[in-house]
Amino acid sequence: MEPVISVRGLVNRFGAQVVHDGLDVEIRAGEVFGIVGGSGSGKSVLLRTLLGLQKPAGGSVRIEGHEITRQRERDLLAVKRRYGVMFQRGALFSSLSVVQNVELPITEHYRIGSGLRRELALLRIRMVGLPGIAAEKFPSELSGGMTKRAALARALALDPAILFLDEPTSGLDPISAAAFDQLVLELQKGLSLTVVMITHDLDTIFRVCNRVGVIVDGRMITGTLDEIVRHDHPWIRDYFHGERSRAAWTGGK
Amino acid sequence: MQLEIRDQGGRSRLRLSGRWTVEESAALEARLLKEAIGTGGDVVFDAAGIEAMDLTGAWLLRSFEQRLKDAGRHVEWTGGRPEQLEFIDRTEADLDRIPTAEPDVRNGAHRALRELGLRAVTAKEGALDVLGFIGVVTASLGRIFGSLRRLRLASIVRHVYETGLTAVPIVALIAFLISVIVAYIGAQQLRKFGGEIFVVDLVTVAVLRELGVLLTAIIVAGRSGSAFAAEIGAMKLNDEVDALRAIGMDPIEVLVLPRIFGLVIALPALTVLADAMGLAGGALLSWYLVDIPFGQYLERVQGSIGEMTFWVGIIKAPVFAVLIALVGTLRGMQVRTSSRELGRLTTMAVVQSIFLVILADAVFAVIFMELDI
Repeated sequence: MEPVISVRGLVNRFGAQVVHDGLDVEIRAGEVFGIVGGSGSGKSVLLRTLLGLQKPAGGSVRIEGHEITRQRERDLLAVKRRYGVMFQRGALFSSLSVVQNVELPITEHYRIGSGLRRELALLRIRMVGLPGIAAEKFPSELSGGMTKRAALARALALDPAILFLDEPTSGLDPISAAAFDQLVLELQKGLSLTVVMITHDLDTIFRVCNRVGVIVDGRMITGTLDEIVRHDHPWIRDYFHGERSRAAWTGGK
Repeated sequence: MQLEIRDQGGRSRLRLSGRWTVEESAALEARLLKEAIGTGGDVVFDAAGIEAMDLTGAWLLRSFEQRLKDAGRHVEWTGGRPEQLEFIDRTEADLDRIPTAEPDVRNGAHRALRELGLRAVTAKEGALDVLGFIGVVTASLGRIFGSLRRLRLASIVRHVYETGLTAVPIVALIAFLISVIVAYIGAQQLRKFGGEIFVVDLVTVAVLRELGVLLTAIIVAGRSGSAFAAEIGAMKLNDEVDALRAIGMDPIEVLVLPRIFGLVIALPALTVLADAMGLAGGALLSWYLVDIPFGQYLERVQGSIGEMTFWVGIIKAPVFAVLIALVGTLRGMQVRTSSRELGRLTTMAVVQSIFLVILADAVFAVIFMELDI
């Protein structure tokens, strides 16, 4: 079966600084893929490239068989309907209420009556575990955890096949983070999503991810969690066997 | 065709097929609404022919199923119920735990009264906000006299540059053009009495007393009042103002006072420039329209101005500067939640500061008249 996302020989550079130097990765349908890497290793640049927000200097990026690096903005729209993105700090539109935020992509892409549109938006809001009263609130009135959930509801608005999550649990307390991980897992199973997430949270990696890709030296080392944990690259070894990781390691097993 | 119905001895068989996805939702919704629900009898769904179903399609199908059940019909599935429907069931089952918003059932009169009360409270809070802001600024002003370091000279210089120096071209051009217009109209009218020479008096007095300072203040209100509100407002949205407080810096002292001082320096300077350009425009038009040579023009200017004419204009500049800076920074500080508020308050800053400048100018006119200056 063809992978949902396939990146080959990706090169990204800013001036003299090379961020990605021939990065390859394949992400298969229905898996939860975690992207890990040190600060400044190019995780966000990779995400922006996958979303088509950043034109790479070289290489190819295929999403569901569509080559997105050489497409015009208008043709990219068809691909963009197939994925949902949850940005790190939510990026909810501050002048719209939560339910309006969720309705916005539906309104933009499909002709749907306003009654059904609202029902569909409210369904997503309930699905991510937000109380009904939160629907009419504005982003500034939400707590950190609720902002994440509202952002997730908006990411799910278009019934995406692929869900991109940028640091989904950053800024959440461990209990909320665990609940959010659980939610992602449930949604992933219930909606048969392919989930791609950038995360620093070892707990999240152990709880949710099937496979992991580590960005080191501008390339990506991918494998199942077990394979990656046993990998002998020094950075990966430090990452998974350092002080901070031990608790997550024993907790996850 | 996504839906096919056949009646078999009192039972309805519904064969579902095709794509039940968000792309098809408009057609699906219309199709399902058209379907008669009927009463009594079993309904058997057959979902085997469905090629694709997403959440939107599942929601539509589930609503339809619900309507059948509500009408008292017994619903069955051959070959199993699609799991997307089960997923929604699970979500909705949690609903009992989650509180929902209470619908607003109040009537029109109640709502009108509520709106009135809301506005009254908002107006009161707005007035208190303004008073409070003036108080806080005055208090900070008192503190900085204690130590010169708190004056933040670098910041003041930056604002003098941004509000003053960069406004030089536009202020000069507008002052020149306005005096040209005044001289032109004046010459036309005064010619009727044969008093063309008084064009010089008209331009000189109008520019020095009123037009120079007023136009400069209005331009600066548009340029810098909006900039103050937008800049401080964006900082508020980004929690930078809270960060200042947390570091132990007074946002009024860091953000508001340097802007006030900067504008108090820049606006009078710009006014002097506007006066000079206005007189230059008058000289050009006097020569062009009424044939007054430059030397004679200067003599006439000397004759027409009293000892206070220039000062009456320039004394207003710092007052206008304080008004513009206060309104701009206050509106910026009031931005709290959304980017829409930022736009609304920036607009408000410009409109109100221009209004206040003109109002203050009128007050000055009355005062000067009473003082006979």
